[in-house]
Amino acid sequence: MSETAEQVRAFWSQRLGIDAAAADGVLSAALSRGGTFAELYFEHKRSGALSYEDQRVASAQSTLSQGVGIRVVEGDAVGYAYSEDLSLEAMRRAAATAAQIAHGSSDDVGPIEITAASYPADRYAAPSPTTGAPLSEKVELLRRADAAAREYDASIAWVEASLVDEEKRVLIVRSDGRLVADYQPLVRFNVSCRSDLGDERRNARWGGGGRMGMAYFEEHSPESLAQEAARQARLQQEAQDAPAGTFPVVLAAGDSGILLHEAVGHGLEADFNRKETSNYSKRVGQSVASPLVTVLDDATLLESRGSLNVDDEGNEAGRNLLIEDGVLAAYMQDRISAEHFGVTPSGNGRRQSFRHIPMPRMTNTYMTAGEDDPQDLIGRVDFGIYCKAFSGGQVNISNGDFVFSVTEGYLIEGGAITAPIRDVNLIGNGPDVLSKVTGVGHDLEMSDGRWTCGKDGQAVPVGVGIPTVLVSGITVGGTQLRAGAGMSA
Amino acid sequence: MASERSPLELAAQLLELARGAGAQQADAVAVASTNSSTEVRLQQIEKVAEAASRAVGLRVIVEGRQAVVSTSDVTDAGLAETAQTALELARVSEPDPHAGLPDPSEQARQPAELGLFDEQISELEGEERARRALACEQAALDASPKIGNSGGAAFSTRVSAFALADTNGFAGEYRGASASLYVEVMAQEEDGRLRNAGWYSAARQLHRLEDEASVGREAAARALRQLGAEKGETREAPVVWEPRMAAGLAGIVAQAASGEALYRGATFLADREGEEVASPLLSIADDATLPGQLGSRPFDGEGVGTRVNPLLEAGVFRGFLFDCYNARRVGAATTGSALRDVGGLPWIGSGNLVIAAGETPAEAIIGEIEDGLYLTTLMGFGINLTTGDFSRGAAGIRIRNGELAEAVSEINVSGNLREMLRSIDAVGDDVQWFGATAAPTLRMGRMTISGA
Repeated sequence: MSETAEQVRAFWSQRLGIDAAAADGVLSAALSRGGTFAELYFEHKRSGALSYEDQRVASAQSTLSQGVGIRVVEGDAVGYAYSEDLSLEAMRRAAATAAQIAHGSSDDVGPIEITAASYPADRYAAPSPTTGAPLSEKVELLRRADAAAREYDASIAWVEASLVDEEKRVLIVRSDGRLVADYQPLVRFNVSCRSDLGDERRNARWGGGGRMGMAYFEEHSPESLAQEAARQARLQQEAQDAPAGTFPVVLAAGDSGILLHEAVGHGLEADFNRKETSNYSKRVGQSVASPLVTVLDDATLLESRGSLNVDDEGNEAGRNLLIEDGVLAAYMQDRISAEHFGVTPSGNGRRQSFRHIPMPRMTNTYMTAGEDDPQDLIGRVDFGIYCKAFSGGQVNISNGDFVFSVTEGYLIEGGAITAPIRDVNLIGNGPDVLSKVTGVGHDLEMSDGRWTCGKDGQAVPVGVGIPTVLVSGITVGGTQLRAGAGMSA
Repeated sequence: MASERSPLELAAQLLELARGAGAQQADAVAVASTNSSTEVRLQQIEKVAEAASRAVGLRVIVEGRQAVVSTSDVTDAGLAETAQTALELARVSEPDPHAGLPDPSEQARQPAELGLFDEQISELEGEERARRALACEQAALDASPKIGNSGGAAFSTRVSAFALADTNGFAGEYRGASASLYVEVMAQEEDGRLRNAGWYSAARQLHRLEDEASVGREAAARALRQLGAEKGETREAPVVWEPRMAAGLAGIVAQAASGEALYRGATFLADREGEEVASPLLSIADDATLPGQLGSRPFDGEGVGTRVNPLLEAGVFRGFLFDCYNARRVGAATTGSALRDVGGLPWIGSGNLVIAAGETPAEAIIGEIEDGLYLTTLMGFGINLTTGDFSRGAAGIRIRNGELAEAVSEINVSGNLREMLRSIDAVGDDVQWFGATAAPTLRMGRMTISGA
């Protein structure tokens, strides 16, 4: 069963001896040299990974990771330490290490009144977490996926299916007295397969998941995920070389949200803007995109991969407007940047684990629906690219250049989708590409939960979403030179 | 007390618990590390992090059924629970004929001493980390008035010990240390747009780190030379890979040479052993035995002794890298290429990758080009190892009439690795180390460059 905040607090106190009194003892060590703020992030994470290859279980893994991350803030400077050993002595030692950032004394540190905060904790109920499900049930899901991929097409010569899940129990205690506890389930199902026609081999991956339990598989059958991977691999057998140059691009609804994540998402994380190293620095209130563009970061979506009740600094996670009708509305804030900008933290302080320091991160980032018919958007393009599935993206925060790699794409010729194209990279510049959004469909779709975002070496699960969107020009990195390349619509 | 046991003692204790619980074959891994870093920005200390960490992992095999369990709870109770869980998980797993420990004869009986530990790094104080990071950033900021901002500088150290014990009787442990220095700064265009660049140095011996000022100046020079960058037109042209970019290419070749990718039919090098797959000018070796290098190790993640594995010799593909499992799946032998962490099965990876030096000075490689691209940045995930398709975001400097001319950015470079490797028509004499890879300047005769 999923656990309530009360149950998570009871877990920490009964099983690991961590309660308000223990936390108070560690916090006082953390503030022993002064410091304006201290925080303890206790994390207990059980994760599992099952993979299925050659029509049998290829690996079965289970990992327990537990510890505490201790942060001491003095002005803009941060001291950080962590301990896997949860004895009071070891935690106080780690706290003393983190405290070295401060150079004062503990004169004014009295006992801290710690109070459990109440917040809406209803974004991922997970009545039956996958972490508690019998292994045989999970193996059966993998077996079904394997069979479905092989049945999809005779060319499917190799299949691997995997199920990765975790349950996290976090307890955050801060020197301002706030205590929050949260139970965070997460599951991800993945299928990779290869299609062979003679010597020609093509591969594809597909998957999904969310902050859900076994119920995920009632809505998304392993068969449907496997068939999608097999369809993409088989389709690549027909793909032709992609064109080179700058062309109009239509982004399909759903996974194309990766473009937003890279083109604006990272650039609107407040740490880069506090340091003025982002190309969106000092641009709140200015136009940074076409008026058709409204973008939200929304942790409140039910059971989505990036959803959170509270962020990893103990603040309530929310629904934040980033761009409204093309105008930059706000950045995503963690505690330190919110203090810098004099605003309320937006609940975007996230971290990979207790071994990592929190920083502003996205949750679920998407563009709201527009008014165009998706088919009309394709119809408007004389020659261009239609993008549907992706392997990843990356951005340079400072100059704004971003890329995303298309693994399922098609040519658009004369207003219609024609031939599939081979893997191709697209590159653009954030504000420039967003100013070239000339059509937004009415068909907003969230990607199924399969994206992980990396920043400064920390990985966190995120969601993306977008309706069908027409961009009048992005640079497409194919190999085929085309007469007239460089002329964009 | 738990924290006083060495990694090898922890591994041995976990192995005994597994044996007691009924494991026929098992190996236990323990890793202990101390990671410290100091980050500064605009000459202020921004973050100091320090932590000692340890974790253990156990692989058990019972009647061919395999499971891996790991934990950061290294108390007696935590270790006992880990062994119990591993056996339970193995019993409900499925038999795999290829699962198993190495043959004892393949394991390193007397692991080589490779000089991977440096006392000076383990003793470095926080104040010294801060001094070095500050000096590095200062040198970058001082390079030019056009350097308008900084992403900061960081000095980090890691001291670690890795231990492996298995039911073959193998028991080994080695220590390692490393230090790294990184800085990123921004040059500002007249319209306010930023051009950023970073540079770093990493080494296992403190005295082999590049000095702070030259790391800082290199980052600044790279940011400054991107000022005024434009796309340029879409065309086909020769591409010169600066040594740091060539180092990345060596990594791609090593991934394509993974025995797991071979088994899965997921590499364009499948079935090409002994054939000429690249220019005769190109030779790349995987060598985990080099003393004092970041990618060196005396034994691999299964206790197998490391060795030199040639990947390309004068363009001929010499063979795949294997751990025991993937070697058995295709009827080959391990190459000592198993990497290992506590939380999972061994996987295949390279040690140090070394591209052999050529004979051409870098200036001559550029000097022969009328119109081309000097590649300094690659972005994104556009590499398909199954098909060899390569399409990535890029930035660099245009080559005009044999000289480096204006900066270019927001472009793609694309081709297919099969042809790209063959099209290499010059290899520089300027081998440099980047982390665990040594590489010179390379030139590819022709790639597609997409811009405006």
